[in-house]
Amino acid sequence: MPTSEEKWTWQCDQKIPNNAVAGRRLLDDVLRRLECLHWNRSDIFGVHLAVDEALVNAIAHGNGSDASKHVQFSCRISPRKIRVEITDEGSGFDPDALPDPTTPDRLECPSGRGVMLMRAFMSRVEFQERGNHVVLEKSRSS
Amino acid sequence: MTTAYRHVDLSQVGDVTVVRFRDDKIIEDINIQELGQELFRLVEADGCEQLLLDFSSVDFLSSAALGKLITLDKKMKAHGGTLKLSNIRPEIYEVFAITKLNRLFDIRKDEAEALAAF
Repeated sequence: MPTSEEKWTWQCDQKIPNNAVAGRRLLDDVLRRLECLHWNRSDIFGVHLAVDEALVNAIAHGNGSDASKHVQFSCRISPRKIRVEITDEGSGFDPDALPDPTTPDRLECPSGRGVMLMRAFMSRVEFQERGNHVVLEKSRSS
Repeated sequence: MTTAYRHVDLSQVGDVTVVRFRDDKIIEDINIQELGQELFRLVEADGCEQLLLDFSSVDFLSSAALGKLITLDKKMKAHGGTLKLSNIRPEIYEVFAITKLNRLFDIRKDEAEALAAF
């Protein structure tokens, strides 16, 4: 992972209250920057979907919708990729233990697709520490 | 259908109730909950047996919104009804394909094709 070689041209690091409004305000700012940098619509859609799912996971599942908790949100944008890191204060989880939501017996279950979509739309998704810290990276396709 | 709907516009084409979404982004939890209640009401209170969800105005939806559509599909089947989806933009169709929900839902290219398939 060429972390040190990446030329980040924009970055933000913020500790936000544990609510969706605060998270989406930051995400909207990130998406606007990608638009200004002329990232294509499909890439922006993927970032939007994956980061939104990760924020919901952190706020609702990781922090259990506890208003006293916080979420750490970091974002880096370079000419060729975006990296978002989200950390909650929860006890974490094992992403490998999640059931496959696409099996016939689970297809009609209304939940359980967030992590799968994150992995599908991003170039790299890595859960670190005890599972309460996720790194999402997407390489620009054009 | 006397109760107001905040998140959808409805029209009737023969026996088919066509549902168009007012929100271009189906993302906020409160809106998803309300949207779900409105869709469920169509089946459970209004007795709609043939529903077509037209996604032409929808630019984005989250996995929580998918959950509501899955529950709607279950309710439709329980009431002996038929549900179809149409006009889904490519990025959103990809969401259905990745999650294999394109196998659960009858997804049609446009409204005309969907109406002809009821």
